[in-house]
This record gives sequence, C-alpha cells and structure tokens, in this order.
Amino acid sequence: MDISLVFLAVLVLAVLGMQVGRSRALVAAGGQVRALHSRVGYYGAFMALAIALPAFMVLFVWTAAEPAVIQALVRGKLPAAIQALPPDQLSLVLTTIENLAYRNIPPSQSQPYLAEAAAQMRDLRATANWLMVGVCMLVAVSGFFLARGRITAEFRARNTVEAVVKILMIVCSSIAILTTVGIVMSMLVESLNFFAEVSPLDFFFGLVWDPRFAGAARADQTGQFGLIPLLWGTLFISFVAMLVAVPIGLLSAVYMSEYAGSKFRKVAKPLLEVLAGIPTVVYGFFALITIGPALRDIGAVFGLDISSTSVLCAGLTMGIMIIPFVSSLSDDIINAVPQSLRDASYGLGATQSETIRQVILPAALPGIVGACLLAVSRALGETMIVVMAAGIAAKLTANPFDSVTTMTVKIVAQLTGDLEFNSPQTLVAFALGLTLFVITLGLNVMALAIVRKYREKYD
Amino acid sequence: MTDATADTPPAGPLNSSDYAQRLKKRHDAEWRFRAYGLGAIFIGLAFLVTLLYTIVSEGAPAFLQSEIRLEVTFDKAEIDPSGSGNIDDIMKADYAAMVRRALRDQLGNVGNDRAARAAAHRLLSSGADLQAREIVLKDRTAIGQKRDIWLIADGDVDSFLKGSISRDTPEDRRRISNQQIAWIEKLQADGRLKARFNTTIFTRGASANPEMAGVGVAALGSFMMLVITVLLALPIGVAAAIYLEEFAPKNRFTDLIEVNINNLAAVPSIVFGILGLAVFINFFGLPRSAPIVGGLVLTLMSLPTIIIATRAALKAVPPSIRDAALGLGASKMQAIFHHVLPLAMPGILTGTILALAHALGETAPLLMIGMVAFVVDYPGGPLDPATALPVQIYMWSNLPERGFIARTSAAIMILLGFLLVMNALAIWLRTKFERRW
Repeated sequence: MDISLVFLAVLVLAVLGMQVGRSRALVAAGGQVRALHSRVGYYGAFMALAIALPAFMVLFVWTAAEPAVIQALVRGKLPAAIQALPPDQLSLVLTTIENLAYRNIPPSQSQPYLAEAAAQMRDLRATANWLMVGVCMLVAVSGFFLARGRITAEFRARNTVEAVVKILMIVCSSIAILTTVGIVMSMLVESLNFFAEVSPLDFFFGLVWDPRFAGAARADQTGQFGLIPLLWGTLFISFVAMLVAVPIGLLSAVYMSEYAGSKFRKVAKPLLEVLAGIPTVVYGFFALITIGPALRDIGAVFGLDISSTSVLCAGLTMGIMIIPFVSSLSDDIINAVPQSLRDASYGLGATQSETIRQVILPAALPGIVGACLLAVSRALGETMIVVMAAGIAAKLTANPFDSVTTMTVKIVAQLTGDLEFNSPQTLVAFALGLTLFVITLGLNVMALAIVRKYREKYD
Repeated sequence: MTDATADTPPAGPLNSSDYAQRLKKRHDAEWRFRAYGLGAIFIGLAFLVTLLYTIVSEGAPAFLQSEIRLEVTFDKAEIDPSGSGNIDDIMKADYAAMVRRALRDQLGNVGNDRAARAAAHRLLSSGADLQAREIVLKDRTAIGQKRDIWLIADGDVDSFLKGSISRDTPEDRRRISNQQIAWIEKLQADGRLKARFNTTIFTRGASANPEMAGVGVAALGSFMMLVITVLLALPIGVAAAIYLEEFAPKNRFTDLIEVNINNLAAVPSIVFGILGLAVFINFFGLPRSAPIVGGLVLTLMSLPTIIIATRAALKAVPPSIRDAALGLGASKMQAIFHHVLPLAMPGILTGTILALAHALGETAPLLMIGMVAFVVDYPGGPLDPATALPVQIYMWSNLPERGFIARTSAAIMILLGFLLVMNALAIWLRTKFERRW
C-alpha cells in the first residue's frame, strides 16, 4: 500500500470524524446550540485534529526511520566476515543489496549472501509497509473514538483546538531555525570528514587548487585543495561587479528620489527592477553570447587580448544584475533622511546637488554602506553567472582580462556528476560551502545591524 | 559653499561679475550632477533593452521550424504484418525506411549511389521516423494508407533557410552540399518545404538534435516543483508569520527565529542546494533529480520571503479591526483567522506569487540535487527523474550547435513569459484588492 493512499485514507477518516463531531455535539446539547460551550464547528475540528494529527506524525516518523531500521536489521544478518568490513566498504555492500532488492540492478559480482540479503530486505520492507498501514489506521481510529468520547456540552472545544493550532504555528515558525541548523550541521559534518583527510591549514592557506579526479587519484596523490585562488577569484569578480553596480545604482537612486517627477519615477523604477527579476541563468547566457564576444572585439581594437571568460565579463554581468538591488535599497535609505535636513540646507542657499552631496549622502552613508554589504554578499554567493561566464582554471592573477574561477563554480563542479561521499574531491565542496555560508552570514549580520541602527537614528 | 568666503564679507554687490561666475559654476555643477543621475538610469535601462533584444532576436527564429511535406505510405506488411494491431510490431517497424522512400520519391532524381542517398536522407531530421510512428500510434487507420504529412527537416536545413549557413561559403566548409541546396530549392519550388510554427519546442523533451529538442518536459518538472512548493510553503509560511506577528511573546526564542528568518532570506541559493543534497538525498534517501526534492529545496528557499511578506500584510491591517472583533467577544484566534487574515490575503498572495516567480527562475540549487539529467520523457510523478526549465536552459547553453543557441533563447523567452504572467498576476492582485486604511 502506498504512502499517499494511507495519507488519503486518514484524510477521509478525518473528514468523516468532523461530521460525527458536529452531530455528536448537537446531540449532546439536545439540539440547543446555545447550550454548547463552543460553536459546533469547533467540535468537528477537534475530532478531525485528534484523528489526523497523531496519524500523520506516525506516518512521517515511520517513513523517515524505515530505511535505516531495515538496513540495520539486514546488516545484523550478514555473514560475520562482511560485518567486520570497514564502514565505507560495508555501506557499499548495503547499497549493492538495496539496488538488487528495490531497483533490480544485479551486482557486479554475484554472491549468494547478496541475493539472500536482498530477498530478506524485500520481505522486511513488505512487512514494514503493512505494519505502517496497520499502526497508522489504529492510531487514527483510536483517535476517533477517544475524541468522540470527550464530546459533551460543557467540553471546551474551542480552547483545545486553539491551543493545538497555536502549537502547530510554533512548529511552523521553528522551521526557520531547523533550516539553519540543517545547513550548518550538514555542511559541518561533511567538512569535518574532509578535514580529517586534508589539513585545515592546507585548505585555508593553500595557494594551489588542483583536486585531481576522484577516480584517477591514487592513495599517494590526493591533490591540493588551496582555498586562496578560489577566494581571490570570488572577491575579484565581486569587486568588478561592485564597481559597476554601486555608481550606477546609487546615482539612479539619487535621481529617482530627489529629482525625478512622479511620472518618470512610476515608469523607470519598475523597469529598472525588472533587472532583478530576470533569472540568473539568463544573465549567464547573455554574458556568454553577447558581453563576452563584445568585450573581446573591443579589446581587439585596442590590441588587448581579453579572454572570453574574463573577470571583466563575469563582473560586468553580475554588476548589471545587482544594480536594482543597490538602487532600491539606497532609494529607501535616502527617502528616510528627514525632510528637515534638506530644508535647512536649501535655506542656507545650497543648490539641490550640493544638498545631496554634502547633507543627504553623508547622513545616509551608514545605510548605504549596509546596502552595499548586502549587495557584496549577494555577489559572493552568485552561482549561475560565474558558472557560465567565468573560467574554470583557478588562477591567482590581478589581470582583469584574464579568467579566474570562484568558490561557487567549484562547488558546482565537484558536486555534479557521479558522487563518492568518501573522497576529498567531493567533500571539499562542503568545506567550500561552509566557508561561503560563514562569509555571507557575517556580511549579512553586519549589514543588517548597520541598516537597523541607521533606521533607529531617524525614526 | 566655499570656506574661504565664510570669514570675509562678499566683495561687491550680489550681481558682481565674481559672484555671477561662481553662481554659474555652481549651476553647471548642478546640471552635471543631474545628468549623471539620469545617465545612470539610462545605462541601467540600456542594459535591460540590450538583454531583451539579444534574447528575442536570437530566439524568435526558433519559433518557426522548417518542415517537409511528404506523401508517406504506411506499409501494412511492415507495420502490422499479422493484421492484429500488435503494439510490439507497430513500435518496432522501420518507419525511417518509409519516410526515406517518400523523400526519394519526392526528389525524383536521387539515384542509387549510397553517398547521394545518405545526403538526401540528411535533409530530414533523425526524429522524422518518430513523428511517423506517432501518427500510426494515434490513428491506426493510417496503416496501409498513403498520408500527406509534415515532417521536421534537419537542423542544418533549418539553419540554411534562416540564413545562418551561407551559400557563399566554399562547399567543403559548408554543412550543406551543393546537391542538397539544389534539392532544398526543388522542394521549396514544389511548396513542399516551408517554415511552419514550431510546436516541437513546447511539447518535447531533451534531445541531441536541436530540431527535436523542446522544453515541454522541463516545464512539467518546473510545474511539479512549484506545486509542491506552494502546497508546503504557503501554509507553513502563513502560520509562522501569524504566530510571529500576532502571538509570539517578546523573548529570546522569538528573537532567535526572527534573526534566522532574516538571515535565511540572504543565504546564497547554492547553499540551499547543498542542504538538499545532504539532508533530503543522503539522509532521507530520496531519489536524485526528483521534483519532490527540488520542491522541498525551493520551499525552504521561499519560506523566508513568504513569511516576511505575510508579516507586512498582517501589519498593514489596522488594529481597529482586531479591537472590533475582540470587543464583540471573539477570541484572539477568531479575530485573526476570521477578520485579519482575509483582509491580509491579497498582500499574502502577492508576496507568495513573487516568491514563486523567483523560485521558478532558480537554477543553482537544482544543479546540486542532480536535476542536470538528460530527460526525454515526461515525469509521471514527483519521484520520477525530471528537469526544470532554467536547468534545461543551462544545459542547452553549453551545446555548440547553432540550432541550440536559438533553442536556448526561445526557452528563455518561454521562461520570461511565465515570469511575466506571474508578476502581472501579482500586480493585478495588488491593485485590485489592496485597501488603504
């Protein structure tokens, strides 16, 4: 029986329980709605919650735990010689058994114990499936009867339902925390595995990135995993992007908020924000077919040799993407500067541009710096543009016409294709991801703190 | 505005030439500054126009496709020898031979030379036999009959007709031979070779031949993921926002949640992909490149946006509504669910649609969970291998053939079309239902 079928069955039972709850409450009140503590609907909702909630919880926990439990049971029955294997080989054997049992993929070397274990695994899964259906239905039905027994005219159905709903809402809110914990834990565990094989010193301060291929590397040549060239490439491209985005974004924000009439603003602002709504893969393609060749042609005119995956190309494209980000944040911040400062400046005879340069921008500076930090964090984590438009060779170069590579490019390169979760070639991606996460997190926290502090100043 | 003049009084009356000069300088500076601002906006808009122009001019030709009309004889002896309509026989029949025979009959003068025949056969796409088979599968009465059908021409023929392969290039460096050009011209003269509206690109999946490649399969994968995302993210996000905005006590736990939500909104999307790979695929054992995993990852990504939008919408509902409901004896929960939430709904839906539009264009996290697969068939369910529209664009952009550049641009136009519709819907919702209090 399928999980979705169980799900549906529980749902049907819950709807049924809802009707039973309503009619039961009416009966308990002798047909007098006024005699009930809560409105009729709440008795129905109480029944539905009592049926569905525990059953869904059982279903969820069961589905999550089943594969691990079955694996443990099968492992216990394997020949002693196999069980004594080191953990990574043992997990390989278990994967082979799973492939044989569920996907009918024959193992490369046929062994009698493999077929036996696979048959056992299939049996266990079938049993577990029926057991799950039984337990779920049992829980749902017992919820039905228990809840029905509690319905009387005095029963405070509304309070109970509201308390449960509140708990559900708290659980939903906690998902944000769970996500962060999940991100940190998943990357930390794999990173620690990586650092067990490659020294953190070599990773954080290594000047050479040359991971080799997972399959080709022998035990004595694991490759070099130096972060510095990747970090340099990331920062270099982001720097070029900021050189494009900050002046254009800031000047457009100033014009929009200080000079533009409402009609111009109404048209130009949304148009500029369209740039933020375009998917990054589109920017990558644009860089690939338009900006890269255009830069190469312009370079050829001046006798410069610009690589088609140059820092300039990736940085320029990324800068275009970030323009609306900088401009809309700066726009908000400039608008938050109190009118009294402007009036005071005009009163002293300053022109509009003098007021902007010498009064408004200095007053808004902390907020603008915060906005730029957020933009930098966006640029550091940007993936598709650099995957498509930046190079793949990790180089330490200060030449903007040369190509460099970034951390995100290497994360994608190491994690697509066939994965082996015990080789440093794959695990390094998690260490890179963790580094990226920590850097962007630091920038975000700093930027949000600056922006918040600034807002409080003028509120 | 100069410090030097602050101490000493101005030398002459306000209309002295010195003063007038200074004023002119200041006014010039004013105009320059204004021009910089306007210039910045126009540079930004120029980028937007260039980008859209590039995509449209590259992609528009891909919506037309060269097709050849042939009279194909569906040979009964070949397709259904037993006469029982056995599906295996129908699937296995050699449609390529039938289609090629029809083409040779149409051209007339191919002859029996192997090379000449092969050159003629190359006028048709290698997917033409699939088209012929689909006709039989759809309509069994075609067996044993002669049908006049449009078949897709080869990608090179298409490129030639659209002008990307020039007649002036020497023959040995051209992908189309002189003989083939002669045949193309004969077919055109007969009205048998025409550019017709391209339906392939909307309906088919990945293919190694540009003329047989389409985004239909990828679009279905994207759609499945969005359905999963909206089913999970909308209820969870709204519940979380209601709790945080209306019920949460001011304590450290609440602060922790808020800080987390704000930070998650700014975490690079690729990190969510790594999370999906480590948690959903490695830990929970869900299959790689399945829409369910993509949907879960996109859910986690769009939750912060939805929560923030919902909180703003709830905040915009004036407290008098809550007070009135409470004053009439409603519980706090009733006041919120019966009165505040419905009034906040347009704002919530607008935020959700914008978050979904963003999720639709997201590529990087999907690469992490293995959606870069060569998927030819429509996924049957959320656990089947699938790919997504932006990922399909990424994969095509790596292919060198001329035809794929046009296909990629066309796929981008389709993606941008979806985004446009979603954003327009959000704006419509906002203007139609938004209430100012």
